[in-house]
This record gives sequence, structure tokens and C-alpha cells, in this order.
Amino acid sequence: MDQIEIKNIKKSFGSHQILNDISIHVDSHEIVSILGVSGVGKTTLFNIVAGISNPDQGQVIYNQQDITGQSGFFSYMLQKDLLLPYRTIMGNAILPSIIKNTSKKEAIQKAAPAFKIFGLEGTENKYPNQLSGGMRQRAALLRTYLASKNVNLLDEPFSALDELTKRNIYKWYLDLNQKIGTTTLLITHSVDEAVTLSDRVYILSGQPATITKELVIDSPQKRTDDFELTEDFLKYKKEILTSL
Amino acid sequence: MKKSTSTNINLLPGIVILGLLIIWQIISQLNIIPTYMLPSPISVIEAFVSDFGNLMSNMWITLLEALWGLLLGIILGLLIALVMDMFEPIYRAVYPLLVISQTVPTVAIAPLLILWFGYGIMPKVVLITITTFFPVAVEMLDGFRSTDHDLITLMKTFGASRWKIYYYVKFPSSIDNFFASLKISVAYSVVSAVIAEWVGGFNGLGVYMTRVMKAYSYDKMFAVIFLISIISLLLIFLVNLLQKIMTPWRNSHHEQSRSSN
Ligand SMILES: Nc1ncnc2c1ncn2[C@@H]1O[C@H](COP(=O)(O)OP(=O)(O)OP(=O)(O)O)[C@@H](O)[C@H]1O
Ligand SMILES: [Mg+2]
Repeated sequence: MDQIEIKNIKKSFGSHQILNDISIHVDSHEIVSILGVSGVGKTTLFNIVAGISNPDQGQVIYNQQDITGQSGFFSYMLQKDLLLPYRTIMGNAILPSIIKNTSKKEAIQKAAPAFKIFGLEGTENKYPNQLSGGMRQRAALLRTYLASKNVNLLDEPFSALDELTKRNIYKWYLDLNQKIGTTTLLITHSVDEAVTLSDRVYILSGQPATITKELVIDSPQKRTDDFELTEDFLKYKKEILTSL
Repeated sequence: MKKSTSTNINLLPGIVILGLLIIWQIISQLNIIPTYMLPSPISVIEAFVSDFGNLMSNMWITLLEALWGLLLGIILGLLIALVMDMFEPIYRAVYPLLVISQTVPTVAIAPLLILWFGYGIMPKVVLITITTFFPVAVEMLDGFRSTDHDLITLMKTFGASRWKIYYYVKFPSSIDNFFASLKISVAYSVVSAVIAEWVGGFNGLGVYMTRVMKAYSYDKMFAVIFLISIISLLLIFLVNLLQKIMTPWRNSHHEQSRSSN
């Protein structure tokens, strides 16, 4: 069971209030997106959920336990890829395991098969500066995946990918989510991405930002290959666009 | 094409040095400056060859002092940087003192050190440690403090302890700072060893230098100066080599950008 409840979060930087009374919840195995324009406060909210920064008010509750201000419960993929330039891709991928005192050999064994899934075969011994932007982002996603927490917080994880790769990755992520039963909270700029991936979408807008809409994506055609071409898809998209 | 221009640039200092040597030789040969004041390059080389045994036996002492002092200086510098980075109040209290400590001229402390520690290797090593720790401390502190904050955040989300953040992020992120300071400290270490030996000692290049100077053997003195320069250059070359070996991701980047041209 992985239940996250974010209750009445408020946050200001100096006299500038960014977040006002944000409450959202994510249930086990759900993929929930947060959609909002640039600068609205999405990353700020994520840092609070991840326990990296403290809210001025409100709580982050994980499985009935108050974890406000504590990090290490969730895998968090930050907006920048943040690969360590002086470690190879494999070295980067196994870092979360090594930090938890797994032996290097064991960590590599666990990581190696995942390189194929992420389309990163052959990059194991390369350094991040030898990879393209999209590959770096996949490598960062791979590392987040290998951090193997039940809950993933992903801050615009697919933004540097081309359309085709994106579609494959969406499919792959949905499969993975069903297979392993991860729970995901996702930030995105892309309405299409939100509708394709999510079970629910929250829209964050205003200054200070509040949750202005919650949308449940429960079309029966969801998770079919042609979902993007259905009327339901367009209907959701329209609904989101009008409230942004 | 690019490669040939870069080798030309590498050759240039060599050509300039050779030119200067030729001019120097001509000046001495025409007796424009009397040779007892400025020996000709050829006589310096002759002195270097005939005095080779003496130079070498003294060089090992100086080198030993320099390397010990450098090693201790690096360790001390790293420790100071670490403590100052970990504890903000210590940073604020100690940083100004650290800078002030560098305004004291080494030549002034050398006699004191000899008074305290005698004529052996000890006062030299201490003096070198004092002069070499500073670049390391300042550069490493700068490296630690300018580490990408998001990388540290990321490590925290992995549940990394403070030490692991240093081990996996802060130290490796500061490796360029380390080598920059090492190049300075290596040069300092040889010069400081010689200065400390001038002030007092039984052997070493500094002692030998004062001895030949008192005997007015300026050709031998120039041979010593020549040797000291070569040692410093060789050590800096070694540091550069070490840096190349220890930063393989840089090389790979260059290779890639070169092949893509
Ligand atoms: N540490 C900080 N100090 C002061 N202001 C900050 C800080 N971090 C963020 N802000 C401000 O808070 C606001 C929200 O920033 P945030 O990074 O959360 O936006 P975002 O929604 O993630 O945007 P984007 O989609 O462009 O990533 C911005 O106006 C930003 O300038
Ligand atoms: Mg952001």
C-alpha cells in the first residue's frame, strides 16, 4: 500500500507567496499528474513532497505517517537530469543502490537488464557528456527507476524526448506501472502526456497557486494503443485547456 | 589541420627559450657582460655535467623534503577545507585568519623554525607544509561550496549521509580545483625547500647553492638554478599527467568533439 496525502500546503519565498492551501492525494498504483504553466510552483511543491524543503504550513502524509520535511521515502527525478559527469552511465545508474550499501557487483547485476528497456544498451561505460539530451534524460529516468522506491516523483521526466520515443516510453511506463505496481506523481507541461499517462490530473494555477481542477481520466479506451485518436481523449484535452 | 597548429603552439616556448639562450651565449662570448658575473650557457652546462654527482645527491634531499612537505600540506589543506565547509561558524571565524597567515613572508619564519626544530629535515618540511596547505585549502573550499546544490539534493533523496555526499559528490566535483591548487603547491614546495635550506642546513640544493655562491662559482650556481627549474617543471608535468588519468570523462569529451569535427 502506498498512499500519499498532501494537506493544506502553503509556501512563500520571502514575501512572495507561491503555494496556497494545496491538498492532493495519490493512491496505490495510481499515476497522478500535476499540470501547470511555467513558474506556477510545481517544482516547489515537489520539493516539499520529497521532503527537501519545508512547507510554511501543511503536512505530507505517507501511509498515515507524517513525513513532512523528511527525505528518502520516494524516488525523485529532478527537472535537470543531474547525472554525475565523472561517473559512467552504469556508475550513475547504480549510485542509489551503492549508497544503500549494496555491493557494486550486485548493483550492476540488477541494473544491466534495465539498460535494454530504456534503450541505453552500449552506453554503460560512456560518460554523460557523450550522450544526447534525450539519452541523458532516459539515463536519469533509469536511475530513478533503479532507486526502487514504491513511489516515483517525476519532474518533467520526458520533456527532452522526441515524439516517437515519448510514445514508446509512455507505453513502457504504463506497462511497468501495471507490472510492478509503482505509484507515480508526475509533473508535466504537456496536456497530451497528462491525459495519456494519468489516472487523475490536477491543475495548478493562479498566483499564489491553488488546485483549480481535478480531472479523473476513466475512459474505457484508456490504455489502448489508439487512445490519442479517440473522442474521449479530445474531450479531456479540451476540458483541461479551458481550465488552464 | 587543427592538430598541426596546436603542435606549433607547443613548440613556440621552446623556440623562444632557444633564442634567448643563443643571445645569452653571444653576450658572454663578446664579453658585453663579464663572464664572472654572467657565465655563458655553455659553461653552465659544463658545470652541470662535471658537478652532476653533487647536484644529484643534494637534489634527493631537497626533493624528499618537498614531497613530505607537500603531502602534509595537502592533507592539512584538505582537512581545513572539509572542516570549514562542514561548519559555517568555523568558516566565518577561520577564513580571515587563513588569509592573514599568508601575509607572513616565509623567509621570516624559516630562521624561527630552525631555532625550534634544528638543522635537520624537520624545519624544512614544516615550512613547506605551511606554504603548500593554503592553495589546497582555499581551492578545495571553493570547490566544496560551489558544488551544484541540486546534486546534493538528489543525494539526499537517495538517503545519502553527509559523508557519502562528500565521497560521491563534493570531492569528485572539486577535482579540478584540487589539481589547480596542486600545480601551485608543487611549485611552492620546491622553492620553499630551497629557501629553508638557505637559512640553515647540512645538505640539499639550497645549502649547495649558498656554498657555490660563497666560492664565486657562478657557473655552478646557475647549474643549480637550472636544475631547480627542471625539477619544478617535471613535477608540474607529472601533476598534469595525473590529472589526465584521473579525469577520464574529460578526455572522452575531447575525443568526441574532435571526431565530430
Ligand atoms: N529557492 C527559491 N527562492 C526564491 N524563489 C523561488 C525559489 N524557488 C522557486 N522560486 C520561485 O517560485 C516560483 C515557482 O517556481 P517553480 O520552480 O516551482 O516553478 P515550476 O512550476 O516548476 O516551473 P517550470 O515549469 O518552469 O519548471 C517562481 O516564481 C520562482 O521564481
Ligand atoms: Mg519546475
